[in-house]
Amino acid sequence: MIRMSYAECSARQRLSLLLDEGRFREWLPPQARVMSPHLAQLSMPCAFDDGIAIGCGYLAGRNVFVAAQEGEFMGGGVGEVHGAKLTGLLLRALRDRPSAVVLLAESGGVRLHEANAGLIAVSEVMRAVLDVRAAGIPVVTLVGGSKGCFGGMGIVARCTDRVIMSETGRLSMSGPEVIEASEGVEEFDAGDRALVWRTTGGKHRFLSGDCDELVEDDVQAFREAAAAAISRPDASRPPTLDALQREHSALAQRLAVAGTEADAISFWSRLGVQGAARVPDLGVAAVAALRPRVAAMLAG
Amino acid sequence: MSGMETLCYELLGSRRPAPFAPVLVGVVASGNLEVLVESTDSDRCILRIDTSARGFGTIWEAVVRDFHGRHRLAGVALTIHDMGATPAIVSLRLEQAAAQLEEGRA
Repeated sequence: MIRMSYAECSARQRLSLLLDEGRFREWLPPQARVMSPHLAQLSMPCAFDDGIAIGCGYLAGRNVFVAAQEGEFMGGGVGEVHGAKLTGLLLRALRDRPSAVVLLAESGGVRLHEANAGLIAVSEVMRAVLDVRAAGIPVVTLVGGSKGCFGGMGIVARCTDRVIMSETGRLSMSGPEVIEASEGVEEFDAGDRALVWRTTGGKHRFLSGDCDELVEDDVQAFREAAAAAISRPDASRPPTLDALQREHSALAQRLAVAGTEADAISFWSRLGVQGAARVPDLGVAAVAALRPRVAAMLAG
Repeated sequence: MSGMETLCYELLGSRRPAPFAPVLVGVVASGNLEVLVESTDSDRCILRIDTSARGFGTIWEAVVRDFHGRHRLAGVALTIHDMGATPAIVSLRLEQAAAQLEEGRA
């Protein structure tokens, strides 16, 4: 089978390749013209779908609700309509109870042109994600688009049950340029691509436990990982008080392991990775093989 | 004054595709555009263009007439959201849209 780069696909191509063939049904499709009310006022072109496609389909035979953000349109920024479509999808999942919700995230976060409406929308999405999880419906996020998953969408991704990433994928809160602009180039050089990837990229997120599975930059690999994630017995991990307390102590342990090391390579070394400087050159399987040892270190 | 410019063209066509579900090609991004193709009852090919690059009406008309010369579509409405795509990219997207109509028919 020909490998198809997930990063290079559009949101709609990803949907058509990821889901079982011909079974995607879109809600608020382009012809419905539910578009941003704000961009026209700013003399900016709108997109028919406001940069996100939502709907239902099947993944390896299981009925799922899906959303795919288009990173090319305004960097996947969450505007009022875009966010409302995501929230609506999640609320509908609460009502209709699909097997799972799969989010194909690619976003710089809130769309600054719609700042307040976008911020409110992202908070509504987070609340809805937690409600869906509390209802026992697994929510899985895929991160592999070239624009990464940042800002509010970075938080949304980490609010979901599982995160699947490619090495190309990036997941963080403030993006590299934002950190450089606010803290200075000495703090973070956004032009240093190797630094950016070893700080926010899939391998680092996987080793540090923020991402559950690392896959090749291949739509089929994402499809298989997503299908496995929604069908495992513990696919749903409701955010109970116990679970949150366990997560908080795990984060405290991670902080203790990390110490004051500022660079990912030093952090990997402290996690027990031999020859940590070579990690950026390793393949997916080799990095996956490091995980058990690292996970043991993080478990304390 | 800055802002979006809207251009409209209605051209008499002869080739009417069988009724089809709406088709979307392309993405709104710098130097790119999206085209939504919908079925209509009209005997014309209707193009409505919203573009962020003002003042290029003559070039749009040339690209649109060139496209229409090749396909002579009737009963089709194309709505375009453009973010400064070059004429070559516009032609490419229009051809993609026409090709998808052909595929849908097959």
